[in-house]
Amino acid sequence: MVCNVCGKNEATIHLTEILNNQMIEIHLCENCSVQKGSDFKSHFNVNQLLANLGEFGGGMKAAQAVRLICKGCSMTYEEFAKSGRLGCPDCYVSFEKQLLPLLKRIQRQPQHTGKIPKKTSDKIKKAFTIRELHEKLQKNIQAEAYEEAAQIRDQIRQVEEKIKKEKESSKELPKKSKS
Amino acid sequence: MADIINQFLRSSCEWLRGKGPESDIVLSSRIRLARNLAGYVFSERMKVADQARAIAEVKRAIEESVLFKKSYFFNYRDFQEVDRQFFLERHLISKEHASERGEKALVVSENEVVSIMVLEEDHLRSQVFQSGLNLVEAWRLMNKIDTELEDNLSYAFHPRLGYLTACPTNVGTGLRASCMLHLAALVMTKQVNKIVQALMKLNVTARGFLGEGTEASGNLFQFSNQQTLGQREEEIVDGLERVVRQVIDHEKEARNYLLEKKQMQLEDQVMRAVGTLKSARLMNTQESLGLLSLLRLGIDLGFVKGLDQTGLNALFLHIHPAHLQKLMSSSLNSGERDQKRAELLRDRLKDINVS
Repeated sequence: MVCNVCGKNEATIHLTEILNNQMIEIHLCENCSVQKGSDFKSHFNVNQLLANLGEFGGGMKAAQAVRLICKGCSMTYEEFAKSGRLGCPDCYVSFEKQLLPLLKRIQRQPQHTGKIPKKTSDKIKKAFTIRELHEKLQKNIQAEAYEEAAQIRDQIRQVEEKIKKEKESSKELPKKSKS
Repeated sequence: MADIINQFLRSSCEWLRGKGPESDIVLSSRIRLARNLAGYVFSERMKVADQARAIAEVKRAIEESVLFKKSYFFNYRDFQEVDRQFFLERHLISKEHASERGEKALVVSENEVVSIMVLEEDHLRSQVFQSGLNLVEAWRLMNKIDTELEDNLSYAFHPRLGYLTACPTNVGTGLRASCMLHLAALVMTKQVNKIVQALMKLNVTARGFLGEGTEASGNLFQFSNQQTLGQREEEIVDGLERVVRQVIDHEKEARNYLLEKKQMQLEDQVMRAVGTLKSARLMNTQESLGLLSLLRLGIDLGFVKGLDQTGLNALFLHIHPAHLQKLMSSSLNSGERDQKRAELLRDRLKDINVS
């Protein structure tokens, strides 16, 4: 497909916009999208969109990004990029790939290590415990506190054992319930 | 409703109690938690029926709670514009919560230590205040409250990302710890910008008096953690407290420098402020906040006698537009307010001797 503006280069950016109930499709090459960006501001802010696309890192095409919709609340990724606010808890799953680089940039690390709800399943709780113990282990190794490190390693083994046993017993459960 | 507001009007808020560690520089410490109910979309996309359902769910949880025995539950429907402004001035709600429409609610403990904004950007924005530098205690209480509420509420939680929030800048712990500092000497010695810049590198944000997007009036600054994900709550709280302690040291140094090297200029500035406050016939909020900051510094450094911290803190709150109107029990336009504000200031400062 050829760029709508210069008519020469291959269009790599495809934008869809609903305006007065009409769908308008615009295909731009990279050069024109940057140069002519301001001309299109009347229906959408190309510059802003591109800036947001820049964060993807995953090599996602613009057209795909525009169409990304959350299954939980039908918010589009584009809407999020404009407002900075997500629509519902499911957005974190629907836009996971796009949010991860963002979280890496704005947060300390994209991994929660704090409080967890009481109601959380045992499985998740144990996974948290193991991750915390691993962190402690690393710190102790770095500090060359090998005795403490050995103790923590044993603790990790104990929790892992428990998980294993629970897995086995949960496999037996369905049989029991049938009988 | 009016009775309850009058009761609040007569009492001081926790963050202006003027007690606790380092209270000459740190007015207050605050812990805020963002939580969302599982099974709903976030506040902004909620339909009216869901808003009502979510508010009812929170109300039930508060009624079941032991920690909220002595508290009030307000529906925004029962508020007038000036009431929302009143609670904003007391820092019990945010600018956003005060301004936007739709169904909303507010829970406030009798002593104003705890408040919960229901259906702010997140379904629940709970906060605990402590006067002075006391983040650890604020977190201890906040954690207890959060855990208790969980008996009756289910929060949106992701095994890897933690508590889910409308804005990815709050995800994880949902915790924002902040301290409000009076940095008059650092402003006077023109060092405050340098400090704010340096803190940004440590992932500490500096904000104005009323939180996000507001200016620093009256030399009051709020410092808070920028990141909410990837650190335990205790680490966040501890990290901010360490940073705040350093800022306190800088402010103390600046105050000592002014006392030793520029005492006459300092005293001159403070007394001019007092003179203006004691004689002005029209006074707007912004100007009074600036002058009261100098007065506060004068009281802290012992130049000014005849008004104590408690009196100053009450005055500090009462000069705000909604408080002023509640005190005068009438609605006043801004010109009338400036006149009443000047009268109030002259009256409350009458025991301060300037000669």
